[in-house]
Amino acid sequence: MQYYVLIPLLPLSAFVLNILFGKKITNIFGESFKIGAHWISLLGVASAFVLSIIAVKDVMDGHVVNADLYTWITSGNLRVSIGFLIDQLTAVMLVVVTSVSLLVHVYSIGYMHGDKGYYRFFSFLSLFTFSMLMLVMANNFLQLYFGWEMVGLCSYFLIGFWYEKKSAASAAKKAFVVNRFGDFGFSLGVMLVFLTFGTLHYADVFQGLPGIIGQKITVLGFRTDLVTVIALLLTCGAIGKSAQLPLHAWLPDAMEGPTPVSALIHAATMVTAGVFMIARTAPIFNASRTAMVCVMLIGGCTAFFAATIALVQNDIKRVIAYSTISQLGYMFMACGAGAYAFGIFHLYTHAFFKALLFLCAGSVMHAMQGELNIQKMGGLKKYMPVTYWTMLLASLSISGVPGLSGFFSKDEILLKTLASGLPFSGVVWVLGMLTAFLTAFYSFRVIFLTFHGKFRGHGELTHHLHESPPSMAFPLMVLAVGAVAAGFVGIPHSLGGHDAFARFLEPVVGEARSEGSVAQQWVVMGLSILASTAGIAGAAYVYLKKTDLPQMVAESFHHLHSLLYNKYYVDELYDLVVVRLFYRISRGPINRIVDGRIIEGVVNGVPSLIAWSAARLRRVQTGVVLHYSLVMAGGLFAMVVYVLARLWKVI
Amino acid sequence: MIEKAFFLYFAFAAVAVSIITVTRRNVMHAVLCMLLLFFHLAGLYLLLNAEFLAAVQIIIYAGAIMVLFLFVIMLLNLREDVKKVQYGRLWFVGVIVVCGILLAMAGAYVFMVPGQRSDWTIGRIVAETHTAAIGQVLYTRYMFPFEVVSLILLVAVIGAIVLAKRQLK
Amino acid sequence: MVPLNWYIWLSAILFCTGMFGFITRRNLIIMLLSVEIMFNGVNVSLAAFSHYLQDAAGQVLVFIVIAVAAAEAAIGLALVILLFRHHETIMIDEINEMKG
Repeated sequence: MQYYVLIPLLPLSAFVLNILFGKKITNIFGESFKIGAHWISLLGVASAFVLSIIAVKDVMDGHVVNADLYTWITSGNLRVSIGFLIDQLTAVMLVVVTSVSLLVHVYSIGYMHGDKGYYRFFSFLSLFTFSMLMLVMANNFLQLYFGWEMVGLCSYFLIGFWYEKKSAASAAKKAFVVNRFGDFGFSLGVMLVFLTFGTLHYADVFQGLPGIIGQKITVLGFRTDLVTVIALLLTCGAIGKSAQLPLHAWLPDAMEGPTPVSALIHAATMVTAGVFMIARTAPIFNASRTAMVCVMLIGGCTAFFAATIALVQNDIKRVIAYSTISQLGYMFMACGAGAYAFGIFHLYTHAFFKALLFLCAGSVMHAMQGELNIQKMGGLKKYMPVTYWTMLLASLSISGVPGLSGFFSKDEILLKTLASGLPFSGVVWVLGMLTAFLTAFYSFRVIFLTFHGKFRGHGELTHHLHESPPSMAFPLMVLAVGAVAAGFVGIPHSLGGHDAFARFLEPVVGEARSEGSVAQQWVVMGLSILASTAGIAGAAYVYLKKTDLPQMVAESFHHLHSLLYNKYYVDELYDLVVVRLFYRISRGPINRIVDGRIIEGVVNGVPSLIAWSAARLRRVQTGVVLHYSLVMAGGLFAMVVYVLARLWKVI
Repeated sequence: MIEKAFFLYFAFAAVAVSIITVTRRNVMHAVLCMLLLFFHLAGLYLLLNAEFLAAVQIIIYAGAIMVLFLFVIMLLNLREDVKKVQYGRLWFVGVIVVCGILLAMAGAYVFMVPGQRSDWTIGRIVAETHTAAIGQVLYTRYMFPFEVVSLILLVAVIGAIVLAKRQLK
Repeated sequence: MVPLNWYIWLSAILFCTGMFGFITRRNLIIMLLSVEIMFNGVNVSLAAFSHYLQDAAGQVLVFIVIAVAAAEAAIGLALVILLFRHHETIMIDEINEMKG
């Protein structure tokens, strides 16, 4: 057996052990010594991490694996198999998933300490890690879909982890249902891929791709390009999973889950599955200009849209959640512009600084006894220096301060978008630049409101303010190193680097459409540095010097502020258009006619028919042996007569 | 000719005895008539050159099975049952069905075609003695059914014990 | 030489007599005896065929039938004892606990 099989299997076995025996182990060692639960998971994920590093080394040596391990279903030319594809793209994802997962596991030891679902939490984290690994290691669409749904399920479990809380339970439901809209499109896409190519394996599909370019298909009466339809359906799934514009509403609500979950699932890994999927199916997208422009536009609009909302939110986790949506928008932008490598590059750097931001927010929450409102914080710098410095590094990184990892990836995305030459690329580029400014602004708004100034919370809370335990502080520091240094693997040519990351991914996703002229490179870099410094300076001016300014601005632009504060009323719109409509339909005709008449009619009718016939048939069972023997003899008679009739050729 | 006379005697006696058996009110009489039936059938087996079979018929049927019947009848107190109606209410249907089957069998015999003759001629059986001949066939070609039958008997023995023993409190 | 047909007729008549007893009688022991008669009817035809077709297999079958009859008698009589213990009768149609 190849070692890479163990990468998903180890977290899976950790999950199985934990979910079956976690409680028992906890009981054996007592409440204070919960050795079992987290050590099992930690061991599983840590070994998966080590194996992933080995896998990366193998890939760097040129050993790309694409193997079917086991064929599950064979029916006609449908062949469903479990197989692994480990190439450069998978290798990057393996490192991101296992390293962030490992750090989040360590962090959770401190964060979830004393929770009664301790073992359950760790088992779900391990299950999630397994699912995500299956997703990224898949070599066919169906396994991808399996992982895709499994991570959605784990996300549901973990958002609703504190299921006694009504808001958590409904947020979990919301995430699941909203994702369903996207997944519906995705499943249609997978089916269409199978119908078109007769296979589900990536390699075979991409091989058959040139043959179908230009083919037309009739969808809902419109004749459209087949490849475009496939690409758009796949995009649909990506939009749902990565919380892009029409289906973004679930991600902010998902913050009801424990913070380590937000860091792992809703920042670093699961939400990036959409970007990963687009990069994985890059040849399909490359074949359809329309789909690419769509993806780019969605990304650009989402980036800007989410950034504006993040400006005015007061819930620290929600700000970071909108920031995640915004950054995912950047990744979509890159993929849409054909610069898949840079989308993945941003995914990779983003995983570190965004997980770090979330874990810092969790650390702050930990100190603040669960308080999330940044307006009630302030001056935390002196109480929790580790959290402050690491969060500052993460914010600098996400703002795109030169030299940090966020700078390299974001800068490249903006450059490649501008240089792509696709329609609307200019508009999207402008949106991206504005977003860069807004990102710096809201990130530092959080920093200044949380850590600087005077403490604005309850007086007695100050006694509780303390730095988090080492198990939480350690992952922060490791991630801070990642947030600073992760970008060094992709220093672009213009800064004297080798663009090593993009070169590494080139065999899988191809080169960007255009490198961009030297002038463009310098202009973009200058502008993005300007945007980030302006954002940071603006935030410093507004939230450190003129602390009454935000209030004044909010009052004078009352309508705009409430529009942003209420997230553009998207939730209300969906409630009105989707939820209420469905509610009406299901309450009215469906409840009364389909449920009341048809289903209940059948459900009650079948048993009463059976009861009716049984009441008559039971009389056959007289309980008298003589009757049975008579029937037996009669049967023998009938058989003999039949045989005779055959003999005499009567029948 | 003498064979036919013997056959007719045995056959008519067997039929008569069997009819008497199934119509007796007293079970003890029925069992005794049954014994007579077995002796007559043993005589028929002798006519068919199956000496060992005749012996088995007497030893097992008459000696073992019928004795078992007798024991059971003696265990039970059947005085009440003797006074009751002996035939079920649907007896005439039974008669019709039985006649039908007899007729059907008669119809079938008309078309009977005997199969291939095999190599166990009377001369050979006499030369090897009947018991040896049966043994050779039974323990070679029919080994497996023989083992199965032994298992059936074992199950029957255990089953009879389990069923008939009194519940130990 | 006795014709084969005679044996077969005898076999058929014995079998039908047994069946008549089995179907019509209410007494469980008589019913078991009737079953034995039916076995014997079959045995006669097996032995006769064995003799006329010069094949020992028929007689082997007779042995097997006898063994099965013995097993059947043992179990049947155990059941008779059990029934009598519970119902104080072996009249089969007075026992109808299995009535549906």
